[in-house]
Amino acid sequence: MKCSEFLQELTNYLDGVIDARTRSELEDHLAWCHNCYVVCDTTKKTIEIYRGSELYELPEDLRGRLRSAMMSKCKAKKATGPEGE
Amino acid sequence: MGTIQPKVSEPVSDELALVQAAKEGDTAAFEELVRRYDRNVFRIAQHITQNREDAEDVVQDAFLKAYGNLKQFQGQSKFYTWLVRIAVNEALMKLRRRRPERMISLDEDVKTEEDSVPREVADWSPNPEQLYSQGELHEILSKTIQGLPPSFRTVFVLRDVEGLSTEEAAEALDLSIPAVKSRLLRARLQLRERLSRYFQKRNGGDGTQ
Repeated sequence: MKCSEFLQELTNYLDGVIDARTRSELEDHLAWCHNCYVVCDTTKKTIEIYRGSELYELPEDLRGRLRSAMMSKCKAKKATGPEGE
Repeated sequence: MGTIQPKVSEPVSDELALVQAAKEGDTAAFEELVRRYDRNVFRIAQHITQNREDAEDVVQDAFLKAYGNLKQFQGQSKFYTWLVRIAVNEALMKLRRRRPERMISLDEDVKTEEDSVPREVADWSPNPEQLYSQGELHEILSKTIQGLPPSFRTVFVLRDVEGLSTEEAAEALDLSIPAVKSRLLRARLQLRERLSRYFQKRNGGDGTQ
């Protein structure tokens, strides 16, 4: 397996959606190709860092304000009757 | 090397009942759906728009649009996937308004030879996120994802941050499964490449500064 072929399968490999034979070919490649090992490992870390970062969390006070604004609009809409009725 | 585990658990089975009650005018049921997904919608919106005020507007517009169109929701997909589809469209509209000079489309498939070819292959520190304070880390992550084309960061946030399956992301974005996979691969590789600048092992070798 070439490095370019490894890269094409990287997403399927990291997501665990791959057949056993391809997985074993990829793992053979990883065992001797240090560059692909690093790319695979650091791509996995990239995903984990974004997932665990709590980047763009909705602050609770803003959350409350948004919800009450939305719900009063929903109730107003309900009072005037939903579309199509 | 292990695989990435999905973050989002399956929605609880009472969800269809909530949607049905909301359709019949039960605003408390709709409020429960808002509570369940407002944080997700906000994260998705801010990843796409990269603007806090726009993200707030997207949350409101997406839920109000969902409420107004609940009768269109037939239950073939999960409510969340349907809601995400509305939210992504609202977020892209915001982005187009702010950057009218650029064509912004989910079909955007920026193809360059080098974007999938890793150039940076130095290993990272063992716990790279601990090299920075939380504020610094957020700035790095935010600046890094801003550099991706909108179509790439949209796929990345749905698949890797929110944990939608490839099929759900394809449905929410109206893209084919191969298109989702191809954008996801390139988004992941480009983010990795850019983050390497910050996270690779220092010369000292142990990753400490």
